[in-house]
Amino acid sequence: MNCTCEENREKYFAPLKEILKQYEGTQKDLIPVLQNSQEEYGYLPAEVLAEIAAGLNLPFSRVYGVVTFYSQFHLEPRGENIIRICMGTACHVRGGTKILEKFKKELDIEANETTEDLKFTMESVACIGACGLAPVIMVNDNTHGRLVPDDVPEIITQYA
Amino acid sequence: MKETIHSSQILVCGGTGCISSGCEEVKNALEDELNKNNLSEEIKLVQTGCHGFCEKGPIVITYPDGVFYCEIKPEDIEEIVTEHIKENNIVERLLYQDPISKEKIANYKEIDFYKKQQQIALINCGYIDPLEIDDYKKQDGYLGLKKALTELEPEEVVQEVKESGLRGRGGGGFPTGLKWQFARDAQGDKKYVICNADEGDPGAFMDRSLLESDPHRIIEGMVINAYAIGADEGYVYVRAEYPLAIERLQRAIEQANEEGVLGENIFGSNFSFELHIKAGAGAFVCGEETALMASIEGERGMPRPRPPFPAQKGLWGKPSNINNVETLANVPYIILEGAEAFNSIGTENSKGTKVFALTGKINNTGLVEVPMGISMQEIIYDIGGGISDGKEFKAVQIGGPSGGCLPEDKLELPIDYDSLIEAGAMMGSGGLVVMDEDTCMVDVASFFLDFTQSESCGKCTPCREGTRLMLKILNRITAGEGQAGDIERLERLSYNIKDTSLCGLGQTAPNPVLSTLKYFRDEYEAHIQQRKCPGGVCPELLGDFKIDAEACVGCTSCKDACPVEAIAGAKKEAHRIRSEVCIACENCVDECPVDAIFRE
Ligand SMILES: Cc1cc2nc3c(=O)[nH]c(=O)nc-3n(C[C@H](O)[C@H](O)[C@H](O)COP(=O)(O)O)c2cc1C
Ligand code: FES
Repeated sequence: MNCTCEENREKYFAPLKEILKQYEGTQKDLIPVLQNSQEEYGYLPAEVLAEIAAGLNLPFSRVYGVVTFYSQFHLEPRGENIIRICMGTACHVRGGTKILEKFKKELDIEANETTEDLKFTMESVACIGACGLAPVIMVNDNTHGRLVPDDVPEIITQYA
Repeated sequence: MKETIHSSQILVCGGTGCISSGCEEVKNALEDELNKNNLSEEIKLVQTGCHGFCEKGPIVITYPDGVFYCEIKPEDIEEIVTEHIKENNIVERLLYQDPISKEKIANYKEIDFYKKQQQIALINCGYIDPLEIDDYKKQDGYLGLKKALTELEPEEVVQEVKESGLRGRGGGGFPTGLKWQFARDAQGDKKYVICNADEGDPGAFMDRSLLESDPHRIIEGMVINAYAIGADEGYVYVRAEYPLAIERLQRAIEQANEEGVLGENIFGSNFSFELHIKAGAGAFVCGEETALMASIEGERGMPRPRPPFPAQKGLWGKPSNINNVETLANVPYIILEGAEAFNSIGTENSKGTKVFALTGKINNTGLVEVPMGISMQEIIYDIGGGISDGKEFKAVQIGGPSGGCLPEDKLELPIDYDSLIEAGAMMGSGGLVVMDEDTCMVDVASFFLDFTQSESCGKCTPCREGTRLMLKILNRITAGEGQAGDIERLERLSYNIKDTSLCGLGQTAPNPVLSTLKYFRDEYEAHIQQRKCPGGVCPELLGDFKIDAEACVGCTSCKDACPVEAIAGAKKEAHRIRSEVCIACENCVDECPVDAIFRE
């Protein structure tokens, strides 16, 4: 956020204020507040974290510590679509790595990176819980199973 | 067994697995077709949770006849409705075909995958609508709770669970009744019960399926638990990767509150209980009970030293009881049917049933619930239909990152908590990943170490640094740079990490290495001494790419796909790869229509 004027600032933080209002404002609310804020802003910019720390009466370092501990939280802007590629055991033995390689090639990014046009973020995750259909990926909230590398381009077009 | 809830109904599977296989479209097509034929009044369409047989999804079952249609597409629906529903003719082509006898089987109870199962926890999964509390109630739902609250003293509930012999299904196998006793005996004006639905073991999805398919059973188990120990508030900690489970549980909690089986004065007693959901934020270690509580409190999910155990000082320092989803799913049955009904199943020290997630290189992947004491052989071959693609069995991994790999000669072992530990594995949460001859056991071990290493929370040194060191050694072995003494180094590190880590994550992290060293030591030696990977997996140890001249049809697809022009040969003649030029990108392997390209 590059704005300086007070009005913009207020507008920017208004949704966060709403989120904070729903909670009692103690440490126990930190994770749900972070989850809701990330949902709202797409990621967790430093200004938002500072505001949360103030709102919950916690040191900034505590908030930052929690954010960096959990893999769900992100400090960088993310793509429009999140591709999660399962690297769990069942997917590993059924060729999950090949799927990941194909995505890397097609999107020209590494795991845990975002494409330049901010269309896709690709992550490797431990298990999606659909192991019966390995290898499995999730795009946003949709699960795609029983994949072979050749399915990859089509999936990408579907969301592009 | 189960009675049908409606005289005539059609079930469509709606677990996460089948949703990805397209069950939504199938359900919509059925809805339209029934409407079109004016049958929607007569025939009730039910979207259930997971039926277990994910390999064959989407699944459609008709009742009361129990005909099982699998791998259904929306196009098939018209035929099912006109032929089966209206004319009472079974649609042969959509039935399950036994992979061995090639016979078509109509009734699902006759299918091998279901025949050997015995269901307690999963009994409603795939039969009832998880969004309807009435469906659950019709299957004796909440009667166990009613019995506990109106006929039993809390102490008697604890006693019943103790006598049942139920042990924790979340990994450790601690006797559940005893744990409840500790929490009951603890002094305190405020106590909590917690359900552990963090299910972090890659390869396990029973907890997810239970929450998606039968959420009320978990709620009932928790309320009974709370009554037994004297708690008035509880949390279900669900991992963030399970949005559908969270949604359905949320809905179930709302219904349970409306129906008075949660909330104030349950069943008219003076017992009240409030239940919340906490969504995890992505950290494997949060499955560990003390880390999980730290996470609920809004902290980083780092384990705390025990003692004090949660029963003395748990959530916010109050006495707390934590159980796994599947453990709690057994509780309503135990209370309603009595401890004996449960402890008559199983082995000497492991009672009841266990749900396993069958995955990997196996024909029938899915969820199965079997009596304790059944052999791995029966699960993999009789229920699982054997190894896929006609390959040879090599190992089965059980217990996730804390477990181990068992070889062929351990398949006869009756499975229970103790026999598995003796064999160098552990029950864990019940993930069974089957591996075939094309698997490299050193690669598997390094896969798990990579996982534990990156999931280690970093609080204690042996786990944080030790797993890194082990991974480093494993990686150099798979890269063909293994050194003499590496095996011994791995063993020494393993024992040190096991003995000195703070929590279960570190204490069990070396297990995959130790068990593969125990049963597949020759593979490690082949990597280190001969620089060979017997499974044909580790890229640095594989030979050159070759084209089988006999098989090659000379289509030139490989030549076109090669980015470095390493492939020579004229059209319609056998091609050849020049290994000096080849960069092993595998493009040609993907393109070859006759699979003629291989590595030696
Ligand atoms: C690293 C680690 C991860 C764990 N993950 C889970 C989990 O995902 N689900 C679970 O129920 N128990 C898990 N446990 C076991 C819990 O600490 C605890 O023993 C269990 O929830 C107790 O419930 P039970 O007695 O019903 O099994 C884990 C333990 C460790 C050390
Ligand atoms: S291992 Fe990939 S979904 Fe479970």
